[in-house]
Amino acid sequence: MSETKPNDLKSIEQKWKEDLEKSEKKFPPRANRFTTWSDMDVPLLSTPTDLENEGFDYVRDLGMPGEYPYTRGVQRNMYRGKLWTMRQFAGFSSAEETNKRFKLLLEHGQTGLSTAFDMPTLMGYDCDSPRSKGEVGKCGVSVSSLADMEELFKGIPLGDITTSMTINGPAIVVLMMYYAVAEKQGVAKKDVKGTLQNDILKEYIAQKEWLFPVKPAVELVVDTIEYGTENYPNWNTVSISGYHIREAGATAVQELAFTLADGLGYIDQMLKRGHSIDSFAPRLSFFFDVHNDFFEEIAKFRAARRIWARLMKERYGAKDPKSMMLRTHAQTAGVSLTAQQPYNNIVRVAVQALAAVMGGTNSLHTNSMDETLALPTDEAVMIALRTQQVLAEETGITNVVDPLGGSYFVESLTNRVEREAMEYIKKIDEMGGMIAAVERGFPQAEIANHAYHFQRLLESKDKVMVGVNKYQQQEFGRKMDTLYIDRTVEKRQIDKLHAIKANRNAADVANALRVVRENAQAGKNMCGPILEAVKHYVTLQEICDEMRGVYGIYTDVGSF
Amino acid sequence: MNVSQKEQIRVLVAKPGLDGHDRGAKVIARALRDAGFEVIYTGLHQTPEMIVRAAIEEDVHVIGMSILSGAHNALVPDVIDGVKQAGMNDALILVGGIIPEEDFEPLRKLGVHMIFTPGASLQEVVDYIQANAPKRS
Repeated sequence: MSETKPNDLKSIEQKWKEDLEKSEKKFPPRANRFTTWSDMDVPLLSTPTDLENEGFDYVRDLGMPGEYPYTRGVQRNMYRGKLWTMRQFAGFSSAEETNKRFKLLLEHGQTGLSTAFDMPTLMGYDCDSPRSKGEVGKCGVSVSSLADMEELFKGIPLGDITTSMTINGPAIVVLMMYYAVAEKQGVAKKDVKGTLQNDILKEYIAQKEWLFPVKPAVELVVDTIEYGTENYPNWNTVSISGYHIREAGATAVQELAFTLADGLGYIDQMLKRGHSIDSFAPRLSFFFDVHNDFFEEIAKFRAARRIWARLMKERYGAKDPKSMMLRTHAQTAGVSLTAQQPYNNIVRVAVQALAAVMGGTNSLHTNSMDETLALPTDEAVMIALRTQQVLAEETGITNVVDPLGGSYFVESLTNRVEREAMEYIKKIDEMGGMIAAVERGFPQAEIANHAYHFQRLLESKDKVMVGVNKYQQQEFGRKMDTLYIDRTVEKRQIDKLHAIKANRNAADVANALRVVRENAQAGKNMCGPILEAVKHYVTLQEICDEMRGVYGIYTDVGSF
Repeated sequence: MNVSQKEQIRVLVAKPGLDGHDRGAKVIARALRDAGFEVIYTGLHQTPEMIVRAAIEEDVHVIGMSILSGAHNALVPDVIDGVKQAGMNDALILVGGIIPEEDFEPLRKLGVHMIFTPGASLQEVVDYIQANAPKRS
């Protein structure tokens, strides 16, 4: 195209901008700023000129789906070949109750299980600990010993399904319990499939369920990566999680940057132990939040894949394409749900889920409308699952790969998210990596600052939450049946645990704990000794207390 | 209320139990500090005994507990009993977080003065404390 033509794009744009001013006199902008949910300014319009100015190069920056740098997705035919895994997080009360919920979800077409544990389990306490009072079975299922895990997966063939387990501080113990259950069911190690969250760095950053100081805790994560790589080739050893970082108040860019930097933290420790990048990186997986801002979220997922691929190839010299592929689970944003007019949450979840799919997620949890009030009821869980099924079966979005690829705006936003996330990653590198950054409280402070900033935006109504700070109404819709976990669960769990403890061989228990302690002191891989201990029904807390004795405990500085 | 009076109000922001959700607690703590109160934040994973001890040691006017785990019915009564046993009878007791409506009345009967659930504005909390914190001379 000749530069002098009066209808060239730059001249057209110039003229349009002049005309725009006239239009804006008639229809002034509704606000001073137009921003994403993370408070990032967005342009009114993007054109090929923006991409040209950013040096956008299709082959380098997007490439083909299923190929480096995977911006357009990790599979060549994406959802035509395989839909995302519909994986609803579930867990409450006793193992027996959760087992029933699991079976209900499997009967209704869910394709993978996802386990939520209660607070005592997440903190490495048994149900009979004084610290567990009032918390047993409340936010997830209570697991104190292998007996609970056996009951949790009773009648569910572990070789045929994939299981995700959301646990971090004592993840190594719960993973060994899962492996023990699979072994008892006679499942071959290669057929044990699923994902352990096991991302302790983000606990210090955001979710704050920790046991030990940062360094030994990271070593335990690395132990499980090592053990899984050698023994369970199809198990995803870590789910490097941005979800909790975002929920704690991070921006989309912070969520992305801190999550990827956590991943780099584990990789660096594995490399220090002498493992090659391609021996373990293929089994690292990710977990992101999917929040309100449709395009910002899509850009985040696309940028995530591109950054990870580039880091793996350029920084670590990975050769295996699987090491470069960022495979991710997504969950709709719990924090976006409102207790006010809770049925509106169904709509929020649907739009967030749509963004996750447009962003090319590999697995998805859709929140239930009542989760801001309590754990979800069966009916609410079913609506959330049906939301995914409607998206998959009725909307046509699964027919085409990365339908927003090439959108001037989405590509430009993807570039920007990548650029800003890389600035954070560089800053963390300069601090000495994520372990050092966490120890000095850097990501924690960044998140707390944005959380406060966002709350101020809500108070000033610069950000609107429908039904909360605008369009409020008398709560005729408020009456909702919620799930109630009664205190008798706690008593039943305690009785059960005491019965198990009474039936153990005391010498075996003492011996197993001694081996755990000695291994911890020697800094050896802890998986083997813990596996042996759980098989003798040594409890979660007994094992964790032994490790607390060796490693010490972590205490938060409590700054705000 | 003038500034010098406001400066006298000491607020303990506490996280009882094992739940690690501290976004709300930290945002509230910062907002109360910005509003001129003296704020003491306990940090996470506090037992009722630890919270009572902090309240007594800091001689606070207000105890605000943030709970999202569903453990409020087990933990809040222990804190209230503890401060009363220690002779602190006038402290304003606030609870914030995920609290089902059916638990409001029992908690109020136990001595909780106000419950703030998601959607409550920072200003509401500040105003409530300014209007209701005990006056001690």
